[in-house]
Amino acid sequence: MQPDRSPKLPTSRSLKLALIGTAAGAFSGLFGVGGGTVMVPLLVLWLGYGAREATGTSLAAIVFIAGYAAATQGVYGNVHVLDAILMGVPAIGGVLIGTWLQQRLPTRSISLLFAAVLVASAVELLSQ
Amino acid sequence: MIAAIAIGVCAGVVAGLLGVGGGVLFVPGLVIFLGLGQHQAEATSLLAIVPVAVVGTFKQDGYGNVRRHDALLMGLLSVAGAAAGVALANALSGELLRVGFAALMVIVAIQLVRKAVSEPAESSPLSASGKHPGTK
Repeated sequence: MQPDRSPKLPTSRSLKLALIGTAAGAFSGLFGVGGGTVMVPLLVLWLGYGAREATGTSLAAIVFIAGYAAATQGVYGNVHVLDAILMGVPAIGGVLIGTWLQQRLPTRSISLLFAAVLVASAVELLSQ
Repeated sequence: MIAAIAIGVCAGVVAGLLGVGGGVLFVPGLVIFLGLGQHQAEATSLLAIVPVAVVGTFKQDGYGNVRRHDALLMGLLSVAGAAAGVALANALSGELLRVGFAALMVIVAIQLVRKAVSEPAESSPLSASGKHPGTK
């Protein structure tokens, strides 16, 4: 468990967190992702987070962010609930494997591999 | 159906490993393998992300990687941004949104490569068994 290192939060720090949350929310709503892409680097660069803490903390914020954005998309009638369950539930097993591996593997080579997968998927997406 | 489950597992592993990537794989997976439109894929991805992030958060908290106060503040204050982002997405055409998403994927890829290249090679933190010195 993380000891609370900042009992008296400076306002500027809270403001930074609010701005990061807002930016991540907009990004999440626009693209249908969690917003970790925005939060992780900002937490590292702006608030001096370590990589693992930034990852863990952004994941917790994503619960709220994706929840808000999914509910709003639901109002527009865009959510396919069955597909979300078919993907989301097996993904929980995937996350358990992934977080277990994260503590044991150097993430460097995995980042490179994932980058290649992303570029290939982007090309495939555009060819649809 | 099997494709959806496979995408789910793969996206989950990546999300757990890198903290990003659930949605970045859910959306193209839904478009390419399940034939959803870009708007539907994004909306469905958002719902699928929620249970994944809940479980991932509990695991990460167990490893001591979650600063709870900061996460709560960011999460609660994201509501206006999220509403604005969804409204904007629904105002754009599916095609434009898809091009934007492909660009996002390339940016995430570049970010990952830059990080991997700039970081010194990490040694495996296994010996610390869950208690690792914060990266760098």
